Amino acid sequence: MNPLDLARARPGTPFTVTFDGREIEALPGQTVAAALWSAGVTSWRTTRGAGRPRGVFCGIGVCFDCLVTVDGRPGLRACLVPAVPGADIRTQEGTGHDD
Amino acid sequence: MVVGAGMVGAACALYAARAGLDVVVVDRGPVAGGTTGAGEGNLLVSDKEPGPELELALLSGQLWSELAQELGEAIEYEPKGGLVVAATPEALTALTELAAGQRTAGVETIGVAAGQLHEVEPHLAPGLAGGVLYPQDAQVMPTLAAAHLLRASGARRETGRTVTGVLRGADGAVRGVRTDRGDFLAPAVVNAAGTWGGEVAALAGVTLPVLPRRGFVLVTEPLPRRVRHKVYAADYVADVASDSAALQTSPVVEGTAAGPVLIGASRERVGFDRSFSLPVVRELAAGATRLFPFLAGVRAMRTYLGFRPYMPDHLPAVGPDPRVPGLFHACGHEGAGIGLATGTGHLIAQTLAGRTTDLDLTPFRPDRFPEEAAP
Amino acid sequence: MTERPVLAVIGAGPAGLAAALAAAARRVHVVLVDSAAEPGGQFYRQPARRLGARRPQALHHQWRTWERLSEGLVAHLAAGRVTHLSDHHVWCVERESDGRKTTGFTVHALLGPEQERSVAVRADGVLLATGAYEKVLPFPGGTLPGVVTAGGAQAMLKGGLALPGRTAVVAGTGPLLLPVATGLAAAGARVTALVESADPRDVARRARGLAAQPAKLTEAAGYAVRLARHRIPVMARHTVLEAHGRDRLESVAVAALDTEGRAVPGTERRLTCDTLAVGHGLLPHTDLAEGLGCRLDGPAVQVDEEQRTDVPGVWAAGETTGIGGAGLSLAEGHIAGRSAAAHLYGTAPDPGEWAAAARSRTRLRAFFAELDGAYAAPVRWTERLTDATVVCRCEEVTAGAVREAVGALGAGDLRTVKLLTRAGMGWCQGRMCEPGVAGIADCELTPGRRLLARPVPLGVLAAPPEPRRRPGEPTSPR
Repeated sequence: MNPLDLARARPGTPFTVTFDGREIEALPGQTVAAALWSAGVTSWRTTRGAGRPRGVFCGIGVCFDCLVTVDGRPGLRACLVPAVPGADIRTQEGTGHDD
Repeated sequence: MVVGAGMVGAACALYAARAGLDVVVVDRGPVAGGTTGAGEGNLLVSDKEPGPELELALLSGQLWSELAQELGEAIEYEPKGGLVVAATPEALTALTELAAGQRTAGVETIGVAAGQLHEVEPHLAPGLAGGVLYPQDAQVMPTLAAAHLLRASGARRETGRTVTGVLRGADGAVRGVRTDRGDFLAPAVVNAAGTWGGEVAALAGVTLPVLPRRGFVLVTEPLPRRVRHKVYAADYVADVASDSAALQTSPVVEGTAAGPVLIGASRERVGFDRSFSLPVVRELAAGATRLFPFLAGVRAMRTYLGFRPYMPDHLPAVGPDPRVPGLFHACGHEGAGIGLATGTGHLIAQTLAGRTTDLDLTPFRPDRFPEEAAP
Repeated sequence: MTERPVLAVIGAGPAGLAAALAAAARRVHVVLVDSAAEPGGQFYRQPARRLGARRPQALHHQWRTWERLSEGLVAHLAAGRVTHLSDHHVWCVERESDGRKTTGFTVHALLGPEQERSVAVRADGVLLATGAYEKVLPFPGGTLPGVVTAGGAQAMLKGGLALPGRTAVVAGTGPLLLPVATGLAAAGARVTALVESADPRDVARRARGLAAQPAKLTEAAGYAVRLARHRIPVMARHTVLEAHGRDRLESVAVAALDTEGRAVPGTERRLTCDTLAVGHGLLPHTDLAEGLGCRLDGPAVQVDEEQRTDVPGVWAAGETTGIGGAGLSLAEGHIAGRSAAAHLYGTAPDPGEWAAAARSRTRLRAFFAELDGAYAAPVRWTERLTDATVVCRCEEVTAGAVREAVGALGAGDLRTVKLLTRAGMGWCQGRMCEPGVAGIADCELTPGRRLLARPVPLGVLAAPPEPRRRPGEPTSPR
């Protein structure tokens, strides 16, 4: 069993996004976090103090632990942002802002 | 006996203890629970016109840099310097004149021509007329500073106790304070209650016209160090010196060691009204994005407010109260209390020890206001 | 545009939907403002439409109720009585006054997942149905990827049809753990343990309350059956001591608790897993209410019998007024919607109109008060935190730093600890760490007073306020 079968989902055609340059498959309607989870990725941020890896924690946009950079825009919550075809998703390091 | 565990109270405790006195600090709230915890931690000489306040600021700056030798990292002391910018040639002329006067009074100033502004602050808006750099301006994290100075003083900390009365002997002299949880006896009481200093003075039977002047601060998401100095517009100095009760905002922008950029400064006299004002916060954001356009895409994470202790002539009350023997005041520093705390504490300690003070306290006399000026 | 009064309902979960339906049925124009793409809130979170789920009820409980709410909403939308603004993230509700009394409200909301533009919606009244978020107490290893909140695991499953891994442990305390464990198992995860720190005997002792709630009794029995069917071992009076792993979760250490709340020596076990779903109850979202100056009662918005806050023109319903589940939210939402409709027309409401909902509210509040006692937060958990344990996830503040602020620097309240340590100053503004910090500092969990309910771009704040359109119509985005 998997969640898609459980809900008898018939998603649209899968598409690819890139995560740190690597192609992964995503389904229409999935958030960036759901797409990354489904591809076996659980962390996409490093903290600005200790440089520790982080990913989804609260899953509903409250904790801001899942911050990610998408198409050059830092500080997006992966649990809220939908994955779109061709999205360039990158691990966000520190503040996510270059200097 | 120091009433008030904010920045000024902590500094009074530290210097009094170092002068050999036994010190107790009492506060109805926690350490830094009032204006100290709501401030940015400015140690500024740049925003002060020549006069007694600037002298106090210069003395304080010196003492802060000495304290930084032992506590600098713990209190996040950062001698980052201030940059005052002028939008128009007229404003630049006025700023340059102010700087000339400050220089005579002993302030280091460096003129920055329009073409050099971006070398000093790379992300500043284009088109500014010029500015003045003040290397002596610095910053501390105010709550950490109050807590660490208090700890370093070794004073007895009695927080969570409300002073309900000032005890006086038959001769009228102070004998200590009464709190909701018992009396504390002491031959000298220092009123370091900040914005609430008028209430403490009243308990001793004297008037001290301290009024609240509300200010909001906006805090951004953490960023790399894009704003290097404390940067503000020249009209800030005029706002600080203003007597108006109406809302005034002038942009004050600074980066912090922790990452977020702090944005001030609003001033309005609305009593102790703690409600949120979106129009004020909008003005702060507008001013900051005018100075630093890149901030438009940066997110504000929080905003908070505090009440500056304001006195009619913008000078604090520092020194013994001739009306009540044994009562000393160290409050009413408006928005400069963090910066002026060390000098204030040092001068108070000198008077408590009966020494000659490094500065003439006459301009700071607590009884300098006519009685009818009291609120 | 009609001459109908406009009620802004913030939140489209059970409380908000019930309120919207109740008010719209009484000729009020409802603007339903919600941050999600689809209505339903957390409880009825729907799979993204484009995932094409033909059997979403497989992920849900009380589906019939959802169908009734959903059909009601569709009918009101079609009739133009309700405007649904999805993907609208409210950051501030501004009260307007003529100097003496409230003249209306402006709801400011950021648009879409990017949240870079804002719109303003005018309304005559506001109904806050902002729900709750999960409380998670810290533990060593709690920041490892693979550790998620119980509600978060459920949200990702319901909304994105995604699982974080293959082998899960569900831990903490509270009634939410049951649907999370059974839901993850039904979706194909191997749930190797449900670790509950409460004592089932305490919950059973509340059977008097349960007995008065046949529906709840059936629900409980249903979970027991599902736990058995999925072969999920229940470890009651156990706790997670630590999560282990290098860069992601690899295992958790659990142990039994004695009656004093101490880990029993010799009972420690390692459970291999790639997911730990953990939760210790829920906390109300009160930011918008605090910004409006509404009085709180403990952590929740205070309301009267009609669900009115102490600020005229502002109602609150559902878990923002206290944790009590979807059924209670529905009852409160209905009452609030009816009350708001009457007052917005300048009439006094007739409580007889909502007598059934009021009875249900009384019963469910009593039931949840008892349940809350049984599932009380574990004791002595702070003793299991090393000084190096991260408490504030955003600013990476450790338990040791909090202890130092309390011990050496004399902090005795949440605000002072925050100022001295930065715990609660980061992106989440303390929503995640406040219960943990309060526990370590042994002080009261006081409301954080977050005047901006979400991060707002300074460019949005700096723009002059949007021109006011007719009530209920959003202004053009900027």
